[in-house]
Amino acid sequence: MSQNIYDKVRTNPKFTELVQKRSRFAWKLAIIMLVVYYSFILVIAFSPSTFGQPIGHGVTTVGIPIGLSIIFIAFILTGIYTRRANGEFDELTNQIKEEARSVK
Amino acid sequence: MKWGLLLLTLSNILFASGGDAGVSGQRDLNVSAIIMFLLFVLATLGITYWAAKRTKTAKDFYTAGGGITGFQNGLAIAGDYMSAASFLGISGLVYMKGFDGLIYSIGFLVGWPIILFLIAEQLRNLGKYTFADVASYRLKQTPIRTLAALGSLATVALYLIAQMVGAGKLIQVLFGLNYEYAVVMVGILMILYVTFGGMLATTWVQIIKAILLLSGASFMAVMIMYKVGFSFENLFSQAVVAKKTVAIMSPGGLVSNPISAISLGIALMFGTAGLPHILMRFFTVNDAKEARKSVFVATGFIGYFYILTFIIGFGAIVLLTGDPQYFDTVKNTLIGGNNMSAIHTSHAIGGNLFLGFISAVAFATILAVVSGLTLAGASAVSHDLYANVIARGRADEMTEMRISKYATIALGIIAIFLGIAFEKQNIAFMVGLAFAIAASANFPILFLSMYWSKLTTRGAVWGGSIGLATAVVLVILSKAVWVDILANKTAIYAYGNPALFSVTIAFIAIWFFSITDKSEDAKNEIAAYEHQYIRSQTGIGAEGASSH
Repeated sequence: MSQNIYDKVRTNPKFTELVQKRSRFAWKLAIIMLVVYYSFILVIAFSPSTFGQPIGHGVTTVGIPIGLSIIFIAFILTGIYTRRANGEFDELTNQIKEEARSVK
Repeated sequence: MKWGLLLLTLSNILFASGGDAGVSGQRDLNVSAIIMFLLFVLATLGITYWAAKRTKTAKDFYTAGGGITGFQNGLAIAGDYMSAASFLGISGLVYMKGFDGLIYSIGFLVGWPIILFLIAEQLRNLGKYTFADVASYRLKQTPIRTLAALGSLATVALYLIAQMVGAGKLIQVLFGLNYEYAVVMVGILMILYVTFGGMLATTWVQIIKAILLLSGASFMAVMIMYKVGFSFENLFSQAVVAKKTVAIMSPGGLVSNPISAISLGIALMFGTAGLPHILMRFFTVNDAKEARKSVFVATGFIGYFYILTFIIGFGAIVLLTGDPQYFDTVKNTLIGGNNMSAIHTSHAIGGNLFLGFISAVAFATILAVVSGLTLAGASAVSHDLYANVIARGRADEMTEMRISKYATIALGIIAIFLGIAFEKQNIAFMVGLAFAIAASANFPILFLSMYWSKLTTRGAVWGGSIGLATAVVLVILSKAVWVDILANKTAIYAYGNPALFSVTIAFIAIWFFSITDKSEDAKNEIAAYEHQYIRSQTGIGAEGASSH
């Protein structure tokens, strides 16, 4: 790869746009995951009885659906990211690459 | 080679049935399990033969030519991650503690979204065969590769020993085979898969095993839910009746201290993002798009699998408690220990035939995981230490491949010996230590090399080494080693997993030794960041993208 192509990419405003949009999106999702997970852990550490309350008159406790939903959240968040990155962001990346290659 | 192995297996069976069956802890010979396991071995050796013909270059050997699809790689990652330890261990934990088992499952899972959001695509865009390719992209090859290879080998060795010992014990109980024979057999099979079939064979072994494990576990979970009328409330209430306590429905003492809880969470989350055999899987796909798909698919299957183990654990409470066929009422545990809950449950559901299937799957699981580990360890030796440190990047490809095959054989033999040597040792700390080293040495260097332009070689080497040393020392001072092995009264380090401290110290040390590095080399390394950044963000110049 010639230095030329890298310079073209660096000065392309679309590159700045891609990097800003994607990293903002990725960090936002990462922070959601971290907050969800560590809130779960902290409730367990400081107030385990919160999750131990039964739902209605049964034996199923609040903690069970909450715990299982964290598994779903993890899956859904990866799905959301993959969808946007493989669509919108890759589209933008391809445009940047095209533009860098076309004007040698 | 195939026939030699079959003979060896057969002689093991004969030997075991003649002598060892009936020794305490060892089950009678399980014929259906052995037949199903032999079918798995034959099929995987067939795949190895097929893969061997397609493995010609170093790229084929390390990354299956980069031609694995995102979906296949996702299944293979799930296969790598769903070890026998997590299948038997987590369902056993749920059987014993109920809700607390879920805490571990979630911890093991939540690292995956983080890997996707923050490192997967950069890793794919920058790397070639190992994660050290990425860490040393703009830093000095010799020190960074050496440190990364040591971090990889330490993680791989600890993980391997834990798997080998687990394999030996499991096979002893399940198949009635002698411990040493079981360990030798696992070692030989894994050497065959990896040396002849490289990443292609390893990937397909992982995929087949993942499908078998997911189908077996799904069947068990469905049958359990069928027995309780597909109602979770029924499942839980029957479990509460069987255990005679509602304590299993709420968080117990497993994670009581907030500092240990957070420390464990950090180890699980960032440790996953620093495991060399997992990171290596990202180089088997063609581009960042497929790398993302792999994580999405893997997260789905791993999450689904943990939900299954949760159901199986509760099902085990309902089906096994008090049944003298499975339950030792004197010791108040399951026969063979609580980690046998999934195995006993399979018998309670589907008799000897299904027990045989699940046993064979458990064995296949171990084989697949050790193969992935060995390949990662061999790559650290041949690609990082030999090709880039000793030969200074001037090694020819054929020599590098030959070295990687020797390294595989050597690692296999070492694993067999360590597996036998550690048979009677308490190895509970090993997987925790492997995760701690991965999180405190491998992960910080990798992460900062991608995200922090001011990282220098000096910072990475000092910080990584300090992180590694802190992790090892704190594990030695923790209960798992200081009390359980060295027989001291109380642990000096009270929080179990060291990650909270060792990861923090590693990051601080990397930062400090980087910003105080005023050398000419450091300036060049910082200047090279922009080039790396453009490649990591766009994939321009990446391996795979350019070779087609």
